[in-house]
Amino acid sequence: MAVADHSHDHHDDHHDHGEFIAHHFDSPEQQFDSGKLGIWLFLVTEVLFFSGLFVAYTLYRNHHPEIFDQAHVYLNKYLGGLNTIVLLFSSLTMALGVRSAQLGKNKSCGIYVLITMVCASMFLGVKAVEYSHKWDMGILVRSAFDFTYTHPDQTIISGLSNYLVYLSVIPLLLLVGFIITSVVFRLIDKAVWSKFWMGMAITVGGYFLGVVIGYLFMAAKIGEAKHAYIEPVRPIALYAMTQDTDHAKEDHAKSDHVKGDGHDKDHDDEHDDEHHDAAHANGEHHDDHGHGEHHGEIPEFDRNVGTFFSIYYCMTGLHAIHIIAGIIALGWLYFRCLNNHWRSDYFGPVDYVGLYWHLVDLIWIYLFPLLYLID
Amino acid sequence: MADHHDDLPKFCHPVPTKLLFGVFFALIFLTILTVVVSALAGSMGIPSAFMFPIAMTLATAKAFLVCAFFMHMWWDKSFNVIAFLSSLLFVSLFICMTLMDTGHYQSTIESYDVNQMPGVAELESEPAE
Amino acid sequence: MVDSSARKALFDTPETHFLNCTKGWKSWAFTLDHKRIGIMYLIGVTIALLLAGTFALVLRTHLWAFDGALPMSDDMYNQMFTLHGAVMVFSFIIPSVPAALGNIVLPMMLGAKDVAFPRMNLASFYLWIIGTGMLLAAILSGYGLDTGWTFYTPYSIETQTGVIWATFGAFVLGFSSIFTGLNFLVTVNTMRSKGQGWFQLPLFIWSLYATAIIQVLATPVLGITLLMLIAEKTMHIGIFDPKYGGDPVLFQHFFWFYSHPAVYIMILPAMGVISELISVYSQKRIFGYSFIAFSSVAIALLGFLVWGHHMFTSGQSQVVTLIFSAITFTVAIPSAVKVFNWLATLYKGSILLNTPMCFALSFIFLFGIGGLTGLFLGALSTDIHLHDTYFVVAHFHFVMVGGTLTALLGGVFHWWPKVWGRMYNDFLGRVSCFMVFAGFNLTFFPQFVMGSRGMPRRYASYDPEFLAFHQLSTIGAFVLGWGIVLAVGVLIYAAIKGPRCGANPFKAASLEWQSSSPPDFHNFVHNPLLNDPYDFDAMVFDEELGTYISREFADPSKVPPRKEPVHH
Repeated sequence: MAVADHSHDHHDDHHDHGEFIAHHFDSPEQQFDSGKLGIWLFLVTEVLFFSGLFVAYTLYRNHHPEIFDQAHVYLNKYLGGLNTIVLLFSSLTMALGVRSAQLGKNKSCGIYVLITMVCASMFLGVKAVEYSHKWDMGILVRSAFDFTYTHPDQTIISGLSNYLVYLSVIPLLLLVGFIITSVVFRLIDKAVWSKFWMGMAITVGGYFLGVVIGYLFMAAKIGEAKHAYIEPVRPIALYAMTQDTDHAKEDHAKSDHVKGDGHDKDHDDEHDDEHHDAAHANGEHHDDHGHGEHHGEIPEFDRNVGTFFSIYYCMTGLHAIHIIAGIIALGWLYFRCLNNHWRSDYFGPVDYVGLYWHLVDLIWIYLFPLLYLID
Repeated sequence: MADHHDDLPKFCHPVPTKLLFGVFFALIFLTILTVVVSALAGSMGIPSAFMFPIAMTLATAKAFLVCAFFMHMWWDKSFNVIAFLSSLLFVSLFICMTLMDTGHYQSTIESYDVNQMPGVAELESEPAE
Repeated sequence: MVDSSARKALFDTPETHFLNCTKGWKSWAFTLDHKRIGIMYLIGVTIALLLAGTFALVLRTHLWAFDGALPMSDDMYNQMFTLHGAVMVFSFIIPSVPAALGNIVLPMMLGAKDVAFPRMNLASFYLWIIGTGMLLAAILSGYGLDTGWTFYTPYSIETQTGVIWATFGAFVLGFSSIFTGLNFLVTVNTMRSKGQGWFQLPLFIWSLYATAIIQVLATPVLGITLLMLIAEKTMHIGIFDPKYGGDPVLFQHFFWFYSHPAVYIMILPAMGVISELISVYSQKRIFGYSFIAFSSVAIALLGFLVWGHHMFTSGQSQVVTLIFSAITFTVAIPSAVKVFNWLATLYKGSILLNTPMCFALSFIFLFGIGGLTGLFLGALSTDIHLHDTYFVVAHFHFVMVGGTLTALLGGVFHWWPKVWGRMYNDFLGRVSCFMVFAGFNLTFFPQFVMGSRGMPRRYASYDPEFLAFHQLSTIGAFVLGWGIVLAVGVLIYAAIKGPRCGANPFKAASLEWQSSSPPDFHNFVHNPLLNDPYDFDAMVFDEELGTYISREFADPSKVPPRKEPVHH
């Protein structure tokens, strides 16, 4: 079980050999190989997990290319490109982090991992700007799709999006919470924990950096296009509520004699049963005929365009969830870096999380041209 | 290819920093190339039918760089590489079969009108259990 | 035989073994030991089996009369069969053999101390509990679930029942299954004993490996399918919902891309169990080892190419239908290879007709019928006639119950003495096997007849002409149910009060029998001696120990030294 110390650990290494070798493995190599095969197989499951969405994408693009042609112009390819570069850079720092861990350089590994995390949340910040902008325009999933402008230049919105504010509440709370936690740990003399939480606070700071950069990109675009601005729409919850009542009234007027009481009950039941998020509440009551007249004003615009955005939200949303999971895994690595856990015969977790992170990057490498660069 | 350290365990395989940076700049170059080609496609006279293959080829080139060097596939056990790449086989199977089938019945879906279907009104007005 | 004390130290039931090395509920709830997790899984799937079996008995009782014997609305009937199907498929059959039996046996067959990722193994079990709980929450939510276990769109989008709970439950169960599969793949790849080559593995390992390939490749697709269904139901994203320009048949493609391979997740491990049982209880080297091994892998891969045969009548295009039908027939080849090899193994073997072997023989019979009737359904012209009739119901029950459940019971009886160190009552075991076999045939044979005469599945009432068949079927279902209860009773009694048995009462040759019964926490107190898992002549009876041991162990000087256990 004991393995000769080959490690280049420059730090004070107080570990006994085999501290991180689980009891059922015979050697560090067996443990590393098992973990490595395990993570590759996990990546296989990830690829197949995403495959469903790629299938949906391929089918709809093949059968309805016109929808994709109309829709993609509403995606900002410069923000997409910016995010691509951010992710690629994070992949670089991740690879450098793995190298440091392999050489037992815990300190530089920690720095690289931290940069990777900051890039990850910066990506999310830019994504939040993109999402909120689209929600402002009423570009939502298929059933809730409520966009009435036929050209992207008509859609520039001034001011701070309400949605963006809502999206940023959680990161803001996290930021404050992490800073306070870090200070508290500093006060009770737990330096490692304090450092760790400060690192997490810096990570969340990356989100706001992303938001600012994303906004500057958008502002630059506003500057160059001299078109009428539209007001930011109402907050999403309020919007959903008003839609609800409007629609209910309309529905009653239309279908009182057919549906009667059962209809009301229907609605109530649904509300109890399912956990609506706002977009849902919004969407449920928008069926095709309900708003027929509204869309009648712009006949050339195909409402099926919403299908593209359904796929867009599913793909990028799932990808964003993976980014968040990645940040959590990276945070765990960061903590272990601070505790000087890595040695050249024990660096597996860094390698595994690294592979996962590169896969998230790989998926984005495909999503970017598929969604943003359709011509 | 990689740094050679005699004193490292044999499963430990650090990739040289220069190589990592080289790969990174190649990736950035390819990204910019993708955006530029996409933006200038019209003016360069590239038929739009070629755009999709071009974009996918560039993306695959990037994917290759990430897999081979960032993910250490170049030096990895061949079993791991085969296991990972085999997933693509199953994805393509999935895509091809569904594409072939849905292509055949698209017209049925396009002619579907929910309001014409018998029983829709009754279904919606049925009270929940 | 010189001195038996060295052998006794290895093979006699030890003072402390994995069952009693730590005590208290926490030592079970947070255990990382594969054997304990396997036992907990076994208890869990048994509860799921009994629960879903009770649903089935309610259904059968209702069908005693052609207009419904129980005061049950048709909607309740729909919910009942949906829950029967969903719980049986997702919570019972899929984890039954791999996660319960496989967990106990697989690492020992490799001579390893544990699976590669013990924590993930435990997580898999807890995900199973959560997922099953969510499936059942669909009932408790007061809405039930009435879509059938397949959740077909667009009905699953329209219905007011607890589809979201159930789909999320199935999603979580999918992850549980992936964890098990991933764990097994890695364990078999990296944790074999030194010198144990791929072709020295017992066939059960090969079948678990093939199963794990499917679990890893197919289950994620189920995950994304169910997530998309949930998104469709909550937000109407318009991918599956025809109201919003979606394609409901696409859902079936997605669903069966997982669920057809999942059918082989259900049957492949069962086939592995049977390969072991047939060989051990014939005391004969398994015939055509490599054919059986590769046919498992072939079935796993072919399983990905045939999903469209579930959709022959649901609007799938004719070209694709033809392709799928043709490939479907090819699955029969590796399946038949296995059956022929088992029969060839039995030929001139010294057959011991004890409980596990009885189950194994009934497996061959029932699986034979189940497989052959599958050919009728794979053929396009007959399938149009038989689609959605009781013929289909009978076919897949022959494979899933007659196949998997029988093999599970056989396997549990086979390895039960190893796990508890106690022997069961063989006579009662055989009685339970007979009841299961007879009851099963009585239940489902009439359904073939009904189905071919046009009795549609999933109906709460039927034409009086089918009355006699339905009543036979109902009687059979109760016999089957009591047979299973008897088997469970025999096993539980054996675990508590059964007579002590030696390390290897059945003269089996694979590695797990080289440990004491029950095994040590680390599975082996010595380094297991690698031998051919099907070389039964290498086993000799040790008078002093009262059990079979490997010939090499008869000489204590060859007994490998005790491993230094590393305790945490």
